[in-house]
Amino acid sequence: MARLLDVLRQQAGLTGTKEGCGEGECGACAVRIDGELVNSCLVPAAHAANASIQTIEGVAARGDLHVVQEAFLEHGGAQCGICTPGMVLAAVDLLERFPHPTEAQVRAALAGNLCRCTGYMRIFESVLEAARRISASRL
Amino acid sequence: MTPLDGFDLVTPTTLDEALALLASDPAARPLAGGTDVMVQLEAGQLPPRRYVSLWGLRELRGIVEAPDAVTLGALTTYTDIRRSDTIAREYPLLARAAEETGGVATQNRGTIGGNIANASPAADTPPALLVYDAAVELRSSAGTRRVAYAGFHSGYKQMDMQPGEIITRVHLPRRSGWRDYYRKVGPRRAQAISKVCVAGSIAMDGPAVRDVRIALGSVAPTVVRAAAAEGALRGKRIDGESIAAARRALVHEIAPIDDLRSTAEYRLRVAANRVEEFLRG
Ligand SMILES: Cc1cc2nc3c(=O)[nH]c(=O)nc-3n(C[C@H](O)[C@H](O)[C@H](O)COP(=O)(O)OP(=O)(O)OC[C@H]3O[C@@H](n4cnc5c(N)ncnc54)[C@H](O)[C@@H]3O)c2cc1C
Ligand code: FES
Ligand code: FES
Repeated sequence: MARLLDVLRQQAGLTGTKEGCGEGECGACAVRIDGELVNSCLVPAAHAANASIQTIEGVAARGDLHVVQEAFLEHGGAQCGICTPGMVLAAVDLLERFPHPTEAQVRAALAGNLCRCTGYMRIFESVLEAARRISASRL
Repeated sequence: MTPLDGFDLVTPTTLDEALALLASDPAARPLAGGTDVMVQLEAGQLPPRRYVSLWGLRELRGIVEAPDAVTLGALTTYTDIRRSDTIAREYPLLARAAEETGGVATQNRGTIGGNIANASPAADTPPALLVYDAAVELRSSAGTRRVAYAGFHSGYKQMDMQPGEIITRVHLPRRSGWRDYYRKVGPRRAQAISKVCVAGSIAMDGPAVRDVRIALGSVAPTVVRAAAAEGALRGKRIDGESIAAARRALVHEIAPIDDLRSTAEYRLRVAANRVEEFLRG
């Protein structure tokens, strides 16, 4: 049995997906399978057969940063960067489901992603700022 | 070499095929969302064996309403539960349990069947299932049977399920006229394992208690119904006297332990306080 995480990093060479805890607690390995956020350290690779998988490499697919990534850059949402791919995917996932989240919704959506550096506040600010930019761009 | 090398995973596409695979290898075990199994595998806690994936069996996923019961397929995820209006309206304790389980990623893969079969005394949906008088449908290549969820877990990690059998459905009888209460106590609001979990439901008949259900997690080798505390309340008014009687009964019927998450003393006191909070509404 292989973990999706290892197939992505070792066979596909997509090392943007990180391993933190290896036990589902930290969210560093988060990816989306058919649009659903999962922790790839807990997903057997066979459960992703024939599915579309989005890793952090696919978030800025055409070379342009996603607004969530821009907001992380500008608001200090990333420091060492280990949690960042998972945080960004969890935030992108939230904003697709709830384009106008409250701060409480942001906190709940990121509750499965641990960060040892930022103290979280700058991450929450980044996600709320990304949400504002998305709504502004739609006006 | 990774800790998963000794494990083989087969991915049947129909329930019959899955049951035949389990029947042909008594050591084989089912795997649903993998949020418990994968953790235990990576920690090297499980013997090498074959796993039969249930994840692809769509027929086991989803929530169906009938006049007398609402039925959840065993593969129904926490996210599915959170998105169901029926569950939010009629079985709010289950909705709360789903909401307070793990984070989004865990909720997208963790299933109700896996939560029951993993048989942790700290699992968060079982107290709700006990309060709602749930029944569990089990199936093997030999046939189907249905058992009350109360009594399904008989001791620490012991349950009324044979090798080759899987949980296929969870039935919840329809209900109305109850006031529900749920409180999970952990070190953190999100993604924490319970120190104590209390689920309760009460129906009044005028000033007196017509019926009441109290179930607790993390206070005994299995999730438990507090039958003696319930008995101390039926037919009574809710007042200082009946609450004190329920608290006294409760401390005799639960047996919390000291472990890395909490102490027996803390659990006992918090369990009784939460039950009182439930009763005082
Ligand atoms: C980060 C994290 C946080 C968590 N938080 C919580 C929490 O707050 N509360 C909580 O209760 N749990 C929690 N869990 C545990 C876990 O997510 C749940 O127990 C979940 O419901 C397990 O479901 P699964 O489908 O992933 O089970 P799996 O891991 O696939 O299986 C678990 C066990 O059940 C058996 N099994 C699975 N499906 C069936 C079936 N249909 N019939 C028979 N046997 C079956 C398997 O053989 C295995 O023994 C958490 C886990 C993680 C990783
Ligand atoms: S590495 Fe997967 S959740 Fe931590
Ligand atoms: S930026 Fe270092 S862990 Fe989050």
